Amino acid sequence: MKKLALVVVVFFSFSFAFAQDYFPKNDGVKEKNTNYTAFTNAKIYITPTQIVENGTLLIRDGKVVASGKSVTIPKNTIVIDLEGKHIYPSFIDPYTGFGVEKPKRAQGQGRSPQYEASRKGFYWNDHIMPENKAIAKFEYDKKKASDFRKAGFGVVNTHIMDGIARGTGVLVALNDEDDAATRILDDASAQFFSFSKSVTSRQSYPSSLMGSMALLRQLHWDLDWYAKGNTNTKDRSLDALLANKGLPAIIEAGNKSNDLRADKISDQFNLNYIIVGGGDEYELIDEIKATNAQYIIPLNFPDAYDVSDPFAAKYISLEDMRNWNQAPVNPKALSDKGVTFALTTHELKSPSELQGKMKKAFEYGFDKTQALKALTTIPAQLLGKSDKLGSLQPGRYANFLITSGDVFDGETTMYENWVQGRKHVITDMGQKDIRGKYSLNAGGKTYELNISGAAGKPKAEVKLGETKFPAKLEYSDNWVVLSFKDEEKGESFRSTAIIPNTGNNFSGKMVLPTGLETSFTAVRTGDAEASEKKHKEKESTVEMVPVTFPNVGYGFKSKPQPQNILFKNATVWTSETAGVLPNTDVLVKNGKISKVGKNLSAAGATVVDATGKHLTAGIIDEHSHIAALSINESGHNSSAEVSIEDVVDPEDIDIYRNLAGGVTSIQVLHGSANPIGGRSAILKLKWGENAENLIYDNSPKFIKFALGENVKQSNWQSFSRFPQTRMGVEQLYVNYFNRAKEYDAKKKSGQPFRYDEEMEVLAEILNGERFISCHSYVQSEINMLMKVAEKFNFRVNTFTHILEGYKVADKMADHGVGGSTFSDWWAYKYEVNDAIPYNASIMASQGVTVAINSDDGEMSRRLNQEAAKSVKYGGMSEEEAWKMVTINPAKLLHLDDRTGSIKEGKDADLVLWSDHPLSVYAKAEKTMIDGTVYFDIEKDKAQRQAIQAERAKLINMMLAEKNGGGKTQAPRGKEKIRFECETIN
Amino acid sequence: MKAIKQILIVIAVSVGLQSYAQQTPAPAQSGAITIKGATAHIGNGTVIDNSVIVFENGSITAIGGSDTASKGRVIDATGKHVYPGFIAPAKSLGLIEVNQVRASNDEDEIGEFIPNVRSLIAYNAESKVVESMRPNGVLIGQATPQGGRISGTSSIVQFDAWNWEDAAVKVDDGVHMNWPGSYSRGRWWLGESRGWKPNKDYSKDLEEIKQYLRNSKAYNAAGNTSKNEGFEAMKGLFDGSKKLYIYTQGEKEMIDAVTLTKGEGVKDVVIVGGYEAYKIIPFLKQHNIPVLVRQTHSLPMRADDDYDLPYKLPKILVDGGLLVGLQNASMSNFQTRNLPFYAGQLVGQGMDKETALKLISGNTAKILGIDNKYGTLEVGKSATLFISEGDALDMRTNIVSHAFIDGRELSLETHQTELWKRYMGKYSGK
Repeated sequence: MKKLALVVVVFFSFSFAFAQDYFPKNDGVKEKNTNYTAFTNAKIYITPTQIVENGTLLIRDGKVVASGKSVTIPKNTIVIDLEGKHIYPSFIDPYTGFGVEKPKRAQGQGRSPQYEASRKGFYWNDHIMPENKAIAKFEYDKKKASDFRKAGFGVVNTHIMDGIARGTGVLVALNDEDDAATRILDDASAQFFSFSKSVTSRQSYPSSLMGSMALLRQLHWDLDWYAKGNTNTKDRSLDALLANKGLPAIIEAGNKSNDLRADKISDQFNLNYIIVGGGDEYELIDEIKATNAQYIIPLNFPDAYDVSDPFAAKYISLEDMRNWNQAPVNPKALSDKGVTFALTTHELKSPSELQGKMKKAFEYGFDKTQALKALTTIPAQLLGKSDKLGSLQPGRYANFLITSGDVFDGETTMYENWVQGRKHVITDMGQKDIRGKYSLNAGGKTYELNISGAAGKPKAEVKLGETKFPAKLEYSDNWVVLSFKDEEKGESFRSTAIIPNTGNNFSGKMVLPTGLETSFTAVRTGDAEASEKKHKEKESTVEMVPVTFPNVGYGFKSKPQPQNILFKNATVWTSETAGVLPNTDVLVKNGKISKVGKNLSAAGATVVDATGKHLTAGIIDEHSHIAALSINESGHNSSAEVSIEDVVDPEDIDIYRNLAGGVTSIQVLHGSANPIGGRSAILKLKWGENAENLIYDNSPKFIKFALGENVKQSNWQSFSRFPQTRMGVEQLYVNYFNRAKEYDAKKKSGQPFRYDEEMEVLAEILNGERFISCHSYVQSEINMLMKVAEKFNFRVNTFTHILEGYKVADKMADHGVGGSTFSDWWAYKYEVNDAIPYNASIMASQGVTVAINSDDGEMSRRLNQEAAKSVKYGGMSEEEAWKMVTINPAKLLHLDDRTGSIKEGKDADLVLWSDHPLSVYAKAEKTMIDGTVYFDIEKDKAQRQAIQAERAKLINMMLAEKNGGGKTQAPRGKEKIRFECETIN
Repeated sequence: MKAIKQILIVIAVSVGLQSYAQQTPAPAQSGAITIKGATAHIGNGTVIDNSVIVFENGSITAIGGSDTASKGRVIDATGKHVYPGFIAPAKSLGLIEVNQVRASNDEDEIGEFIPNVRSLIAYNAESKVVESMRPNGVLIGQATPQGGRISGTSSIVQFDAWNWEDAAVKVDDGVHMNWPGSYSRGRWWLGESRGWKPNKDYSKDLEEIKQYLRNSKAYNAAGNTSKNEGFEAMKGLFDGSKKLYIYTQGEKEMIDAVTLTKGEGVKDVVIVGGYEAYKIIPFLKQHNIPVLVRQTHSLPMRADDDYDLPYKLPKILVDGGLLVGLQNASMSNFQTRNLPFYAGQLVGQGMDKETALKLISGNTAKILGIDNKYGTLEVGKSATLFISEGDALDMRTNIVSHAFIDGRELSLETHQTELWKRYMGKYSGK
């Protein structure tokens, strides 16, 4: 009878519920259904924390009328008894592309990159499309809606997943029965952003992450200017952005560091971004917490790698192995820190994966109440829809789930998913629970039948004596279909039976292997035994390997701390006029070099016997491209608005390797794709610290410029960008500096002006607040830039590479510019034909401050050897050669008051060498920054063993996962992108 | 400091001399030359202190302690060091001049299996890059084609010659093969995801190699009516007159390479690269496979590897009993002048200096099959050697004052020293 009642409800609601008052009706008469539906005796989660046992949920017209313990049920109510069952508000996915087709990639045309925008009347960059409206492209997808509903979702938020500014999204109820008029809850539910370019345009800018960030910033400066009415022309993108103000702003960041990047922009412009994370937030949990932002978090826990082939296993880094082991802790980690976050199925192959992923998260300690919040009340709140969605309080949409028990338990059956008062059946609720142990008699034999698993989707095991037969069970519409196989004999048995309404037994027809039809009976003998797999799962407890700083191989278990150390009896290379001091002590205290002298007293400091060893200042690499996620913003010929500081990667293993080569400070320069490149990041290589902490405090401000073949785009297919000749390079500078001068003058005059990050940076150069390090090769261009600078009344700070510096060394000395060069590189391109290894010596002989740099993650860890080459080429003294990798680059970087030499009061950035530091035989044994030892050759040995042990452990765990039937993926190796000047990324 | 003074004297003498685009090759040795008083590093692991080395008509006629008789012109090298000329294997030196200038590139012909393509005839004896090897003691190289599955056939050349015929030390000495990887990189520029993933075509690639070897062998067994230049060029691999250089890094790949090629009858196989050779030392030993290891000055290939794995790899292999040399095939050619320092790096890893030296002299000569004449300082061998002011494996002290190839005394000037002198002259007012 129960069943009949439900059919009636569906019938009535179908005909009447949401017909619009003012719509004419010609296929019948207008009728209204004002009946109520009550769900009684259920455990109702009105909210994740407001739970009533034996409660009643009363709905009408697709909305909740009342919910709770004592609900008065009106007379015109259809009552559904849900005794023993649970009711939950259905889930909300705030971040999907549901029903919106992915835009197609634009095809390339012509032989050169596209620099200008394709559109007119919109923003100057094609990747900014706030005017896009997902509703215009939206088409309700019944198939996908059903997938979502099966996973427990009632409402999803969708948008066009393309571009940096993506326009507005649509909030959709997954209601198959009604049309768009009903199920579209909001056709401008939120505005969406990301750091990724649109596939629909080939406009080059931005070509990098830092470019995307700069573009988002400039967009808001331009918006401000536009909003104030300072522009004569119409910009439909900016108009749209203005119109969208006030809508929730969701930005897809995609990983923990991008979360922080998104938050930085959000804070700067007060945008209140809701950040779509990457699932790795647990690795930077304190920083994530400190953002105070709200998050949408994917459950993209990786599958285990199939490591059965040892040749293949080596491709997987410890970092990736750990990620498999640790990622499921992410929701718990966030929740423990009190971060507000919703969960999303984004990045899952299908919503059906939700349950498995949630199960993992619970195994790692994620709290179920938090989980329910993250799927219901929090997404509702993020979307500003708490009054309509996410709970079963009166007035909310009647979006709810009916389950057999705890919604997150794998054994629970989800019966129905009601959306806007419309029933969507997942599993027939009327069907009887047949789980149990049976004695099955057929063909003269007695088998043991065990039916277990979920009540709605039970599994069977069949045994004859001790022999197990693989069995398959299907159960729907009250019919059971059971088949099993005697593998030894190769005999199959098939049977089917209807489950009677009463009694515990059932009987039906069986087809024997011979084809003979017979009957069978199954007599219930007791409760089901949990299946074997279930047993196994219960036994396995989660073991999570510790998160390190950074969370990759060679990361620290805990961040190293500064120590007071006395280096006893070393040969001390001061890089000062004091020269090289034999048998000398150096005392490090509170991160500084406290004393240099003979027979110093330790005064509580740890004593390091440095007899026979050499102590030097840490090496400084003026030109590095390690520890960055992008190097070139090649989309424009000037990219002064971008900054490497935005894309520092503190997890780059090359940081550790540089430390092992005695490097303590580096300038991460923008690449050489453009005459005017981007701003530098000057770092101390504090392995284990976050990006922010690697960047120097009060960092001197630098920018990369570049000359010659790269900026002319001589060596690749590009013929459309100015400049294509050295003549054009000069004019580009003159033009930009003239504009910056005018900009700065206007700004200083107090008149209103359009804030332009690029011009701001160039004005800093003119005002002597920012220094240029310029990539350069041939003498003509070197000379040219000095003359341009002199014309604008500033000085070029450094020429980097400067391979023909020796031809104009006298002019460089007059100008006051330093040279940071390679020791012996040449012949790799036409403009380095006349590069000679004597360059450093010649420039130095003419009074130029000279440094030796690397521009290369390999060479940087042997800069001591590179410096030594100037002893060979050009006969430089060893002391002067050593200065070229310590105090000289410190001078070029304006850091010589802090680091670069061994002098009392300076930062304790020191290296202890096993041998003469300029010798190819020398090894760095300890590398210290601000008094903290970041590399120690003995600890490194211990690390190697620990890595091996941890890899072995994780490999065993993955093998166990595979053998236990867990999903695996083929081993893959990350490809590290190593940058040099010319890397376009 | 003494060394520097001497250099300055050399500069002073040479400034103002007319400079040529390239140095003129030296004439044949005319009279006996004796180098006296130097520490002689033989290149086979031994040293003679206070040595006397005599060479005549291009060959060493006497080498020994201070009691050895001098003859002819005597060069006093007291306190200095003498080394056999260093040998650079597997390099495209002389085949490309400026990497980014396509017109100067002759190192990589199109085609996958082109053993008949010969480097020697394209070798530029007047290359400025080749010339710049000499002041660092690198005097011999294996001019090697690049690319494809079988890149072509190399020849061994010396670095002071008028033309390629003049330069040839050993003509068509080896065939070079790039072994496929069982893992391949995602071609991200085609929209694939970045990173390493299993190479689905690996067995197909191996089958192709196998078929090529089988066809070559069958072809050379006679009876063919039509010429096949490729198969013909492979002949020497089966009779031992040519070696097969296989470029590969992984342990699985090395095992496959050796098993397959040896199985098909290739006599001499040399592994070039061998990043994971340390994991299969017994296997390589059993098959008598020498390894030309990638330059020590390189980064570890995988994130979790020891930071100094490339520094110490050759030492591990030598300690394991393999025949090992050093190459820098994957680097720009100009870098090859750093060959001595790649060896020097090993000393910091605990290898003794004389063993380290072998990896760029005696061992390499053996691997290339030119040890009858080159690679060590022994009576009867070519007088291809140089004098350094100090330890030639350390950049501080590798300061070459004299160098000889087959007894001919080379100019140590280069395009680069000439520019140095020209501009120092400008600044000093000369």
